[in-house]
This record gives sequence, C-alpha cells and structure tokens, in this order.
Amino acid sequence: MQPAGSGRAPAWRADLGPALISALLTVVLMLPVFGLHLQRAGAITIVVPHWQPVFWAALLVFVVQMLRPQIARLQLGRRIPRLPRPTLSSRQNTLLLWLVALVAVTWPFLAGRSAVDIATLAMIYVMLGLGLNIVVGFAGLLDLGYVGFYAVGAYSYAMLHHWAGWGFWWSLPVAGAMAAFFGYILGFPVLRLRGDYLAIVTLGFGEIIRLMLINLKSWTGGPDGIAGIPKPTIFGYELARRASTEGGTTFHQLLGLKYDSHHTVIALYLIGLFLAAVTLWFSNRLIRMPVGRAWEALREDEIACRSLGLNPTTIKLSAFTLGAMFAGFGGALFAARQGIVNPESFTFIESALILAIVVLGGMGSQLGVILAAILIVVVPELAREFASYRMMIFGLVMIVMMIWRPQGLLPAKRHVVEVS
Amino acid sequence: MSDLWLQFSQQLFNGLSLGAIYALIAIGYTMVYGIIGMINFAHGEIYMIGAYTGLITLSIIGVDSALPLFMVIGLMLIAAVLVTGVYGLAVEQIAYKPVRKSESRLVALITAIGMSIFLQNWMAAGQGARDTAVPQIVTGSLRFGGGGGGFEVYVPYARILVIVVTVVMMIALAFYIKYSRMGRASRACSQDMQMAGLLGIDINRVISFTFILGAVMAAVGGVLIALAVGKLNPFIGFIAGIKAFTAAVLGGIGSVPGAMLGGVLLGLAETFAAAYISSEYKDIVAFLILVLILLVRPTGLLGKPEVEKV
Repeated sequence: MQPAGSGRAPAWRADLGPALISALLTVVLMLPVFGLHLQRAGAITIVVPHWQPVFWAALLVFVVQMLRPQIARLQLGRRIPRLPRPTLSSRQNTLLLWLVALVAVTWPFLAGRSAVDIATLAMIYVMLGLGLNIVVGFAGLLDLGYVGFYAVGAYSYAMLHHWAGWGFWWSLPVAGAMAAFFGYILGFPVLRLRGDYLAIVTLGFGEIIRLMLINLKSWTGGPDGIAGIPKPTIFGYELARRASTEGGTTFHQLLGLKYDSHHTVIALYLIGLFLAAVTLWFSNRLIRMPVGRAWEALREDEIACRSLGLNPTTIKLSAFTLGAMFAGFGGALFAARQGIVNPESFTFIESALILAIVVLGGMGSQLGVILAAILIVVVPELAREFASYRMMIFGLVMIVMMIWRPQGLLPAKRHVVEVS
Repeated sequence: MSDLWLQFSQQLFNGLSLGAIYALIAIGYTMVYGIIGMINFAHGEIYMIGAYTGLITLSIIGVDSALPLFMVIGLMLIAAVLVTGVYGLAVEQIAYKPVRKSESRLVALITAIGMSIFLQNWMAAGQGARDTAVPQIVTGSLRFGGGGGGFEVYVPYARILVIVVTVVMMIALAFYIKYSRMGRASRACSQDMQMAGLLGIDINRVISFTFILGAVMAAVGGVLIALAVGKLNPFIGFIAGIKAFTAAVLGGIGSVPGAMLGGVLLGLAETFAAAYISSEYKDIVAFLILVLILLVRPTGLLGKPEVEKV
C-alpha cells in the first residue's frame, strides 16, 4: 500500500529508468576506450578487460542522474559568480599599470631559468592571442588557419638568416610584413564566405602552408626544418659566449659581466615582453579607431553595416591582415627562442590552442586573452603529471566554456550607448 | 591492353575505394548540416572510434576463430555501429544540444572543435597514442594484366569489400530516408524545422536520430578502412574528417546524393593527382579543391543556393 498522502509513485522512481539507461550508455561509451584495452602479445593483439573504470563511470553517471532534480534546484552553473572587477579611478589605474610593468620587468632576475623560459613562451602566446583576438574577437571572423601566419613569420626569420645572414631585428619587420602579405592574399578571395565556411577554408590554408613547408625541401629544409637560428642581438651586440665575427664585442663584454646563459634567457623574455606590450598597445589603439569600430559593427550585423555604407570586404581584410601581422612577429620570436623551426610546430592543434586562448579569455577582451594565454602556458607546466591529459582537458574546457560561459573568463566590455 | 590503360584502371580502382570511405563519412556531415546547419567537426573522430571498436571486436573473436569470415566482419560492423551510435547520441546531447539555440554560429563550431580535440585525446588516453596494427583477415587479391613484364593491376579483396559494403550501405540509406517514417520526418525537418515541429514531429528526436545515422555510416567506413589499411591511431579521424567534409562541400552540403558523388570525385582526384603529379602534393589537392569549390560554387555540385533574408 502506498504511504498516505501520495497517490503517485515517489519521484525518484520516475528517474530510475532514465538513470539506468544513462548508466548503460556510459558503459558502452567507456568499453572501447578504457574498458577493453588492446595489448600486443607477441605477434597478435589481445584484449585485456579493465572493468573498474567502466564501473565507476557508470556509477557516477547513475548517481548524477538520480540527483538531477536536487542539482537543478541548487541552480548550479546558472550562477557562476562574476569575476570581481573593481572600478578604479584613472589615477589608480595608471599606478596599477606601472606596478604590473615593474613586476613584469624585474621578476626574471630573481626567478629560475626554466621559469623565465616558460614566461617567454607565454609572451609569444600573448602576442598570438592578441593577434587572433583582432580577427575572431573584434571582427568576428573564425580563423582556424592562424598557425599558418605564425609559421610564415617563423620561417621568414629562419630563411632570412639561413640564406642571407640577416639578424633578428632586421628580420622582425620582414616577418611581420610577410605574414601580413599572406593574410592579405589569402584573405582576399575567402572573405566573401559566411562564418563557418570561412573557418574551414582558413583551416585549409593553414594546412596548405604547412604542407608546402614540408614539400619545398630545397628552401625550407622539408620535415627537418632549419636549425641554428641565432638569438636576437641587443643594440647590435650579440648575446653569446663569443662573438661570431672576428673582433666583435658581445653584450656581456660590453657591460663587463661574466658570461651567463641565464642572461640570454632573461633578455629573450624581455624582448618578448616588449613585443607583447607593443601588440597590446597597438590593438588597444586599433579598436578605438574608426576601423576598430567598423570591425565591431561588422561582427554584430553585416547587412546593417553594408547598408550604412561600410565595405565589408575591406574591413574584414584589414582585420585579417593586421591579425596575421602579429602572428608573424610572434613567429619570428618563436624561431629565435627555439633556435630551430620545423613544420611539426605548426599543426592545426596549435591553431586550436590559440583559439582556445581567445575563447577562454573572452572574445574581444584583451585582458582576458592575456590572462588566458598565461594560464594555458603555465598551468600545464605546473601540473606535469597530467601532461598526457593536457589536450583532452583543453577540448573539455572549450566545450564547457561554450555551454556555460561563451563570453569568456573576463568578458569584453561592449561599447554600448543606451538610447533613452 | 596497353600499359597506360592498365595503369589508369589501377588508379581508377584505388580512387573508387578511397572515395567510398570519404563518401561514407561525408554522409554524416551533410545530414547534420542539412538539419541544423552546423559543421560537426567531431565527426571524423566518430569514424576513428568505429575503427577501434572494429579492431577490439576482431581481437576478442580472435584472428583464427572458426567463424566464417563474413560473420566476423558482420560482428565487427555491428559492434562498431552500436558503439558509435551511442557516441553520436552522447556527443549531440551533451555538447551540441545546449548550444543549439545560441545566436552566434561560432559557438557551435568552437564546441565541435573542442569535442574533436577531446575525443582524439580521450582515445589516446585509453588505448595509447601510437599506431596499432590491425590483423589482416581479408587477404589475397585479383591480379590481371602483367603479361610479358608489363604493368600488373593489383586489386586486393579488402578494397573490393570496401566498395561493395559502401554501395550496399548507400542503397539501404537511400531507401531508409525515402520510405521510413523517421526518414520522412528528417527530410521535413531539413526543409523547415519550425513547420515540421508545428506539424507534430519531435524535432529533438529527429536531430538525435540524424547524429546516430551519420555516426553509423562513419563507423562502417572506419571498420572497412581498418581492414584495408591495417593500422590505426587515435588521430586518423582528423584528416579523414576534413577530406570527407571537402567531399560533402564538393557535392553540395546538405544533399545526401551530393555527399556520395563528392566522396567518389574527391577520392578519384586525390588518387590521380598522387599518381600523375606527385604523391607529396596529394593532401594539398584535397585542400585546394575545398578552397576552389567554396570560392567558385559554394553550393557544390548538387546543392541548392541559399538566400540570406533579413
């Protein structure tokens, strides 16, 4: 007999069926990946069952499904707290900015070598993130081949050095210009396409650039790439133990210091910091210029934009070209840091990583992108034991962000004028 | 027959068997796009999971079991279809359904890219990232020509199997879409989803069904390619997915016959480019076709033009 006061079956019984089905489906999802492990035994492949992970996953899904009404009542996920963003007066703002700059410049002198090296990498990703942010965040064009322009920049420096003996500072503007040029000529035909088609075509271009780098062996060194790329010089003085030219002076000799390879790492970091700051300043100016406003207008509504007399192709092309240029600068710095470039560094995954930075930070939000770039480079270094799960977690983060917080960690402030 | 002609027929055969695989995967892209207008980036990974499931089933049965060959292959296909069907459903329900209503198309696309990366590394975490060998159970080949030291056409049975199974699947699919209740509902949804909903069609079910059906076709492709190529790794889905997407665009995305045609054409184009131009530029050919077709005729060969309304 039913307990008094309820004519219907208790609520949990209605959940039982779907929860059991979910658990069963989880078993099917887990079996071919973690449940039945393929192992080589001599000449043949055998299957070794691991029931534990399958069981726990199924149990977890079952419990979560049963508790769903309670979880829904907690309103979890709906109320992710807004990250605090204190409002500062412009004076405090300037002070804070100087403070951050001071810390950014001085900390490497106190830190370890590998930490500074990773920070240099973070600076490269900050540049790439800010560059892609122009294309994806400001102009709303999904570019999945961004890594192609990065590769153009890196190979520009590598090839200029290899074939013509150019130094870093001469190659840097050329690397930016080459990448911008590629952005321009590749952007020209494709920008008439709609959002998702554009994404796929840019992906195609990125892959074409990589495949060309592999196949043009006589110029690019093919799959082996180009090695022996020197570090940047400082005001014309080399950062090396000995000057490469007869009678030349190196930087440490100039200052009368003892040679220490740690100094090279610090110098490279400072150059990275400087270039990242320039990128930030530049893109910060751009968004306030008429062309920046036009990008945002275009992102919001292309048809309205056109009816107001803006030429969408020119505007998109400018975003594409400028975004590519920063990838070129980043690429040149990357080549200098690595000392070697090869096509392996420029796969689609790299594009996805840079996109993840922009998405995680918040499309259009420069501060967010900087934070996300640092997070994405530094966190995997801190959590080495999870290194093999790194990409899996990236994928997961992209999905979760899109579902719960598509505006990113630090959403961009939109320039909105309320009409009363 | 002259050597030239024999070489040509060899390439024709290679291209057809490659194109058959592309066509099987392309169906999933085109059906999903036709219904919800989204590029399911993770579709190539479903194909990869299908291939792995086939291999696991084969390893459980054992290479030297007493079962007849067609039953072994049949069981591999059934297992792969079941598992990937569930994967298709889960991916749609967990990742895509929550973002379906969002105003920006980029949201769904980025979710799909995230799903693709996740599934690749999910499989790599479970089964290892390296190449796994697939035992060759379909051995032997047809050979003809080759008289007097000339060119010999080499047609492995495994590749013939690819073509035969693909043709059977395509015919079954065409009938299913045309005559079944669910097929009719799905065609209605691809024409006008809102109207179909008003007429009492359960749209959510149709969308889930589309994902499952696409996954099933890709799984068949995965098992077949595992048998024909003989090795697997968790990242085979990416390039295959892009190629199949190219095939879907080439044929006209949203159109099922277009996906079949596009797959075969792309397979042929790639094989002939590899044979007569340079094998190193094989992948570039596929990407160039993708870029060119989107620029010149974005609706593809059999697609209908789409007009954007304000």
